[in-house]
Amino acid sequence: MLFGFFLMLLMRWQISKPGVPIPVFGPLLEKVLGQAAANGALSPDLYNSFGAMHGTIMVFLAVVPLAFVAFSNFVLPLQIGAPDMAFPRLNMASYQAFVIGGVIMLTSFFIPGGAAQAGWTSYSPLATMIPTDGQIFWLAGMVFIITSGLLSAVNFIATVIQLRTPGMTWMRLPFFVWAQFVTSFLILLAFPPLEAAAVMQLMDKVAHTSFFLPTGLAVGGQLANVSGGGSPLLWQHLFWFLGHPEVYVLILPAMGIVCEIIANNTRKPIWGYKSLVYSALAIGFLSFLVWAHHMYLTGMGTKVAVFFQTTTMIISIPSVIILTCFFISLWGSSIRFNTPMLFALAFLPMFGIGGLTGLPLGFNISDVHLHDTYYIIAHFHYVVAPGTIFALFAGIYYWFPKMTGRMMNEFWGRVHFWGSLIFMNVIFMPMFAQGMAGMLRRMADGGANYSAAVNSRAGADVIGGLSNNIMELHTWILWGACVLGLVQIPFIINLFWSIKHGKKVGDNPWDATTLEWQTATPPPHTNFPVAPRVYRGPYEYSVPGHDKDFTPQNEPPK
Amino acid sequence: MDFPYIVEPRRDTGLYNAKLGIWLFLASEVMLFGALFSAYVLLRVGAEPGMWPHGWLNVYIGTANTIVLITSSITTVMAWVSCKLRQYGRFKFFHALTILLAMTFVCIKSYEYHDKFTHYEITLANGKFADGHLVERSKDFDLAKKTGRVTIHGHEVEHEVELMDMQRPEARHIQREELTIPATDIKKMERYGPWHHTYLAIYFTLTALHAFHVICGALVIGFLWGPGSRMWKTDPERFTNRVEVSGLFWHFVDLIWIFLFPVLYLL
Repeated sequence: MLFGFFLMLLMRWQISKPGVPIPVFGPLLEKVLGQAAANGALSPDLYNSFGAMHGTIMVFLAVVPLAFVAFSNFVLPLQIGAPDMAFPRLNMASYQAFVIGGVIMLTSFFIPGGAAQAGWTSYSPLATMIPTDGQIFWLAGMVFIITSGLLSAVNFIATVIQLRTPGMTWMRLPFFVWAQFVTSFLILLAFPPLEAAAVMQLMDKVAHTSFFLPTGLAVGGQLANVSGGGSPLLWQHLFWFLGHPEVYVLILPAMGIVCEIIANNTRKPIWGYKSLVYSALAIGFLSFLVWAHHMYLTGMGTKVAVFFQTTTMIISIPSVIILTCFFISLWGSSIRFNTPMLFALAFLPMFGIGGLTGLPLGFNISDVHLHDTYYIIAHFHYVVAPGTIFALFAGIYYWFPKMTGRMMNEFWGRVHFWGSLIFMNVIFMPMFAQGMAGMLRRMADGGANYSAAVNSRAGADVIGGLSNNIMELHTWILWGACVLGLVQIPFIINLFWSIKHGKKVGDNPWDATTLEWQTATPPPHTNFPVAPRVYRGPYEYSVPGHDKDFTPQNEPPK
Repeated sequence: MDFPYIVEPRRDTGLYNAKLGIWLFLASEVMLFGALFSAYVLLRVGAEPGMWPHGWLNVYIGTANTIVLITSSITTVMAWVSCKLRQYGRFKFFHALTILLAMTFVCIKSYEYHDKFTHYEITLANGKFADGHLVERSKDFDLAKKTGRVTIHGHEVEHEVELMDMQRPEARHIQREELTIPATDIKKMERYGPWHHTYLAIYFTLTALHAFHVICGALVIGFLWGPGSRMWKTDPERFTNRVEVSGLFWHFVDLIWIFLFPVLYLL
């Protein structure tokens, strides 16, 4: 994830100061990558490949493995009282496939021509026709990563269905488990079409087929030597059939984590548990029916667009229900403001901004203007960066004592939190303005040439041109991103330092009800000495008439 | 605490872990092949009129291969039943048959591949098309230098579209003969590989992916037949489950072919 972040920093420098050498790291880049980074500045090609790889790495190599696989692997079996995942060997195979895929992806930076350059969406024919083998590496890497995801998904679903401990009925599952359960189904059913698409694009690249290459395709003014008859739209359909469920793969685990932490720190039952569960299921189902809202501009037809616009509006309802449940849970509670709770609380408005700014993108009329601008960059980053990643931070602070038996430092946690919150917004808020002003997302110079071309014809500040105010925001964003990087340093030090030197705590430092806190720390082999028995729902906090303000799920009724 | 439901089924689901796992995996496989089948539909619907081929594959060979796979499914069930009846010898016999049938399938499939890779469509300098299987190339044959000649067993047509539908009645009466064409007359010469036409692209992709599944399935069954069968002595119940799970996969692979055959050979 740090690596993905670093790619982003380099790109932001290039956008803000096109052609100016990058300080400190510029010469290093030139040494490693040669011509593409001549004089320590990014060439447009290198910018493109950094853009593509930033997206790919962040989504497929950082957030999904961390939010879905890592947290699930540790927390999920504990929460349902299982001895381990259902298929430990499959788990290992999944991890190995992931490592192979990751290595293939990262190696592609060092081959002649560099890494994939066609964006994380790899649209054909562009992706097929760019003369670098980076795309082949990208596709091969994706096949491994997808396989890894599939094996994990099979494992998680089987674990939840088969290994729930006695008394752990479906409606007693912590919401985190539900969220991961739905996520697993999304991965199980949405990833294979992308795998198929990757195989077909690989065939286009390697065996010179024409799955995605239309008849009469011209490359560089020459008729391409292909049999033709293929369909570029097919790639987009298959990609977004994965791509949209993937959005919920990123956000559902985050919601699960936030739910656990909110319930624990408001000291009362989560409001509307059943609505949460049914909303998560509805999101899971509907997310398979909205993919083409990414394709309003492809000319697939207005009737199709209307259908997907409708489903897109419908899917926002369960998301709003979930967020509303969280907000109402806060009502009238005496909240404990510790670091995990701060991150969980910040998740709510941040995800709110990300979600609500998605609505104009879901309507195909307004999307025509906003499509492929910085507006959409800001939108999905609000969902994933201050949204999902904040939830991940919250989860790390929250479950750290279970893994190590020690707390992370509270003061530095707060520094990390406030720094992250402020600078995330410094980075992403201006992008909405830039996007609405019409700044396109994939320009290696941040729109300088484009704007200059328009302005020279019609004077400054006309429609289509980008005013100086808008262009200057690049500088703000750059420095915002640098500081955001700096405030992660206390987090990283805190994380490693606390493993050895953090404050020692007992098995249940947060006074939580769910099963993972009712076993030893760190959990022994097979997690529990004997299979626990569950008597009640997951969030029995402040039950009147009890001497404690929390009642663990496995505490026998009196 | 013991690891539950490895052998005996869980009461409320009626499944042991691995059986649930393989069904989930098969669900994802359905999506994988489903995506490729929808790609087939889109490519076929989007093809220019008359330019989607029919009858490029030999239906008799395809039928034979279908029978081979279905038979292997039967022997797989018989192998599992034998395990259930605790008849180890019969299990060995039936799964030996399964593996042999799988190998037969792959051999027949590779023959079909070979047939396509020796089949050429030649665009002639006079605008006509020659089409047929390669007989021989003269030693000095070089398309770039325009030297030598090539001999194919096939026929010549006026328009490329005539090569598409080989199921139409007239196509049955095509006279095929040996044609020798000098390199100077050849504008373009292309094998019936995946790059030749999107139909062949999807044909090769689908059948190769299917063949990959056949080979993987045969390897798993081969393992259970060979070194894996030691578990019979220690834990016959669990071994029977393994045979069942691998059998479920095998039936799925068989089922995919049941869809592939009409889609690629008959329609």
